Amino acid sequence: MSTEMGRKWIVATTSLAGCFGCHMSLLDIDEKIFELVKIVEFNKSPFDDTKEFSMECDIGLVEGGCCNSDNVRVLRLFRKHCKILISVGQCAITGGLPAMRNGIPVKELFQESYCNNLTLANSLIPNDEELPLLLDRIYPCHEVVQVDGFLPGCPPRADLLWEALNLLIAGKSLGKISMKNVKYD
Amino acid sequence: MISPEMRLQIAEIVTQYHFEQTELLAVLSAVQKKWRFISADMIAVIAEEMDLPVVHVEGTASFYHFFSTQHAGKYTVYINQSATAEMAGLKEIIYAFESELGITIGDNSSDNQIGLRTTSCIGMADQEPAILINGTVFTSITPSRVSELVAGMKSNSLVRDLVRIPLEAQKCYPTLHTEVRNNIRLKGPVFFCDYIPGIALKKAMELGSLDVIEWIKKSGLRGRGGAGFPTGQKWASCLASESDQRFVICNGDEGEPGTFKDRVLLTELPEMIFEGMTLAGYSVEAKEGILYLRAEYSYLREHLEVLLESMRSRHLLGRRILGTRFSFDIRIKEGAGAYICGEESALIESAEGKRGQPRNRPPFPVTSGYLRRPTVVNNPETLGCALRIILNGPEWFRSLGTPASAGVKLLSIAGDCRMPGIYEIEWGKTIREILDLCGADRTLAVQIGGPSGTCISEKEFDRRICYSDLSTGGAFTVFSRDRDLLSIVHNYMKFFRDESCGFCVPCRAGNVLLVKALEKIMSGNGTLTDLDKIQELGIMVKKTSRCGLGQTSPHPLLSTLNSFSEIYRDIVRKDVDYLSQFNLESAVEDS
Repeated sequence: MSTEMGRKWIVATTSLAGCFGCHMSLLDIDEKIFELVKIVEFNKSPFDDTKEFSMECDIGLVEGGCCNSDNVRVLRLFRKHCKILISVGQCAITGGLPAMRNGIPVKELFQESYCNNLTLANSLIPNDEELPLLLDRIYPCHEVVQVDGFLPGCPPRADLLWEALNLLIAGKSLGKISMKNVKYD
Repeated sequence: MISPEMRLQIAEIVTQYHFEQTELLAVLSAVQKKWRFISADMIAVIAEEMDLPVVHVEGTASFYHFFSTQHAGKYTVYINQSATAEMAGLKEIIYAFESELGITIGDNSSDNQIGLRTTSCIGMADQEPAILINGTVFTSITPSRVSELVAGMKSNSLVRDLVRIPLEAQKCYPTLHTEVRNNIRLKGPVFFCDYIPGIALKKAMELGSLDVIEWIKKSGLRGRGGAGFPTGQKWASCLASESDQRFVICNGDEGEPGTFKDRVLLTELPEMIFEGMTLAGYSVEAKEGILYLRAEYSYLREHLEVLLESMRSRHLLGRRILGTRFSFDIRIKEGAGAYICGEESALIESAEGKRGQPRNRPPFPVTSGYLRRPTVVNNPETLGCALRIILNGPEWFRSLGTPASAGVKLLSIAGDCRMPGIYEIEWGKTIREILDLCGADRTLAVQIGGPSGTCISEKEFDRRICYSDLSTGGAFTVFSRDRDLLSIVHNYMKFFRDESCGFCVPCRAGNVLLVKALEKIMSGNGTLTDLDKIQELGIMVKKTSRCGLGQTSPHPLLSTLNSFSEIYRDIVRKDVDYLSQFNLESAVEDS
């Protein structure tokens, strides 16, 4: 992977069924963020609040797995527009915490959340066509689209994200990551 | 809530087992047998009566396949779903049961009269399809036989009255009431020849324990369960461990799909095995022996107990054996359905009444085994060999087999051959020779040593059965060219997935992922990248699992990917390197 000299690397990020913790972790690189903005430009990312892709991207960082049809749509868009797609964090890689619902039928989930919940005034299952449809279970990203790399952790350490971005920009493989930054908790 | 009467009955059962915490499995088995389930309330009562924490009892009860929290039916039918059963018409048998009863596997008939379940290999690979009904084995089942059995169960017949004993067997074993045939096809000089009880033991006592161990070492005897650890060294280490008490355990938990030689030994030559245990007990200065019998073989229990009693009356067991100062006795402990308990440290945990989870090793059982005392755990076949070594001498034993693999091996041959059964062969025979012996032709593949062993193709039929080439615990399963190898691999992988004890992640999760990956390949949606991924994951599971189960469970996949790579390459898509099985329409169907 190489880009012509002088051009910044274009990075897209998103949080699907995640908690934005992985995004927070990237912000945790502290003052290195000044170096970061020198080498990358964000497109389609909550960091600069761009909602749609306006150009083809070099790297896509995906946080969270797929829990609904909109997650699947966004993930497929990421695959389409990003040269390198990376699953970031436990949820993107395995489904994570949201996957605790796996194994429970969707009907029961709705019943529990919107009907049996004691704090509800009216029991009503939301049914607006604007709302995305819930999937039968949480899918990790690589089961839906091809994923080129995985950065584990909950969240992945800031140092890991920083090192991974630098490796990718240098055209190296993620296999070179130093183990001291890989932590699974 | 539990009735006072039931509470009393449970207390009675616990009393029968002398409140011994190590007898928890036996107590749970008795409760399961009587009430057909073990509820949370019952667990609480058992825990109280046995003075054990509730979680301990719950942990044990939930670990074993033959214990259930739901009613298992007055008659519980366990249909064995091993690969050899599949080859012999398992599908038709399941269909016959399901349509006769109008229920599916996992359910009970509406009156809880009959419960239908499946189970892993029950050690009848030479007479499939085989099933268990309330612990009794029925073999070579046909759909018409299913109708008879169902009618019998519906009319409340005793299970033993449903057994159809082959005529020739009736006279030989008055204490055995079974359909199981022994199918001994090839007799050899160690097991299936003259045996007079007591002689070996007497000779051992004349030699003295150190010389006995020396003889065993010199003979080159190695463990016959599969791992092949030098037996003499094991006994010597046990004897060398300081302790007030030592134990000898005979591992009668052969769960490797395709093996059944220990079943035949325990049917035909139990006295030889018990004498072998006593001999081992004499050598390592143990006073107590335990035969850990897999639950699937509980139909042998009475047969074995009667023999133990007779041996005691002949002073071959019990106090002052053969008039000497040596005392040794053997008791039987039954498992409750768990493949992992064939692993020696898991077996010891199970014999102590706990979940059958392997221990960290070291310490090895020879220094810290049953009740943390030095313990020798041996396969029945190993104990039989040891006895013959004392009778005929180590040099004689060395003269059999090959220099590095001395003696004979019992093979359990099954699958596509005309004469499945037990073969006593000398180590060093080639696969081709053995295939000729058992009448196999048009052979596609042979699975040596069960699913955890190796699958070899015709190119490798000149390889030899011995520790340095193809080592085996005894299973030898033949697949003809008409078989779909991938469905056999699938069967084996599902077996490991189900039998993983769940303790360590690589094995618990890895085997699930491997099964899924194989299913993707079989559905025609696999890619070459997927094959590489299987290889990678398989090696990871092997390297990082805690015990022998996970360290060998990827073998069916890895070994066929190696020997039969063309089968995989033929069905994967080569035009793409990634194919998702995700289907949005079906995933949102319920929303």
